[in-house]
Amino acid sequence: MSTETTATGIGPVEGSGAHEGSYGVDNPAPFIEPPRKRTKKTPRSTRGNFEMYGWLFMRLSGIVLVVLVLGHLLIQLVLDGGVSKVGFAFVAGRWASPWWQVWDLAMLWLAMLHGANGLRTIINDYAESVKSRLWLKGLLYTATVWTIVLGTLVIFTFDPNIR
Amino acid sequence: MATPTLDKADAAGTPEPGFADSPYITVTLRVRRFNPEVAAEATWQDFQLEMDPKERVLDALHKIKWDVDGSLTFRRSCAHGICGSDAMRINGKNRLACKTLIKDINPEKPITVEPIKGLTVLKDLVVDMEPFFQAYRDVMPFLITKDTNEPTRERLQSAEDRERFDDTTKCILCAACTSSCPVFWNDGQYFGPAAIVNAHRFIFDSRDEAGEQRLEILNDKDGVWRCRTTFNCTDACPRGIEVTKAIQEVKRALITRRL
Repeated sequence: MSTETTATGIGPVEGSGAHEGSYGVDNPAPFIEPPRKRTKKTPRSTRGNFEMYGWLFMRLSGIVLVVLVLGHLLIQLVLDGGVSKVGFAFVAGRWASPWWQVWDLAMLWLAMLHGANGLRTIINDYAESVKSRLWLKGLLYTATVWTIVLGTLVIFTFDPNIR
Repeated sequence: MATPTLDKADAAGTPEPGFADSPYITVTLRVRRFNPEVAAEATWQDFQLEMDPKERVLDALHKIKWDVDGSLTFRRSCAHGICGSDAMRINGKNRLACKTLIKDINPEKPITVEPIKGLTVLKDLVVDMEPFFQAYRDVMPFLITKDTNEPTRERLQSAEDRERFDDTTKCILCAACTSSCPVFWNDGQYFGPAAIVNAHRFIFDSRDEAGEQRLEILNDKDGVWRCRTTFNCTDACPRGIEVTKAIQEVKRALITRRL
């Protein structure tokens, strides 16, 4: 029974630069900082159904978006001569019909809210400091509201006779 | 039909490797050492041991601690996969050291042994389990009944009702699942798989009457909705509990009871 020890520490793990691929001896898994502990100062989070509705919305809007987006891509890029037909006149013709107005409006709102909620959960998961969370979410909500308002405005006030 | 006979003849002719002379092989154990009284950073230390490949990683750790370096620190109690003390990260995967045979994790290469992730390392392989047990306590892991059910006589339950939560009764609170969860790694406020599994054990128990309270607790913004369904917890569980499935069942119970 040999109990010889080679006490050759191979140095600190951090900063080895290797973090891709499978972990092994030469490529150890990265060290993860300990999380914030729950203390008396940790705010008791509000109880409510918001997260549940957010979770449900992601699933339901995802299903609807599959139909809306694939239909949109099919009409725009495949049918009737493909992408070359798309121009001002094509858009004007489509938005003359309330059906396509509602389609585009639903696609705009659902896609923006779906994407924004997804990014919100990613920020919650990965942004660590309160400050960076606040800034990233502020930027996200501003961009979302701006895009939704602008897109909705265009769909409803589109003037085919603009010069 | 002929194949097994041939195999048998072959096996009888040549002695099985390992049993010919000595079963022992040289194994390198690469342990992540951390002692806050000596250095701020953790370092890897190699130990070369003569081990029978049919022994467990825990036996190798014992050999180091008892014969080579008594300062090596790790937790273990029963050493037979029931107490849940010796969950650690072996070759990058959360396992119980007492249930991992050396021959199953390629002893040709050095075997890495690290503490479980997402919890503060106190020394070597020992982590501070307090945030983990705090989340466990938060879901009220005990039977709650109304006053009309005095604990004076046996309360019977049908086999079907018992089967409903059988999987989640197997939890030994080793933290292998919670410390494999990427959401918990980054933000220890998340309840984590183990707490949800232990809530599931009572929510779906027909004798328990506080399921609604427990669901309300897990409806929290750090509750079940933070689960990203990555299945790390199911892969890590040394008891084979379908952890992600249990979490999904709690989500479904919340949705069907609220809508």
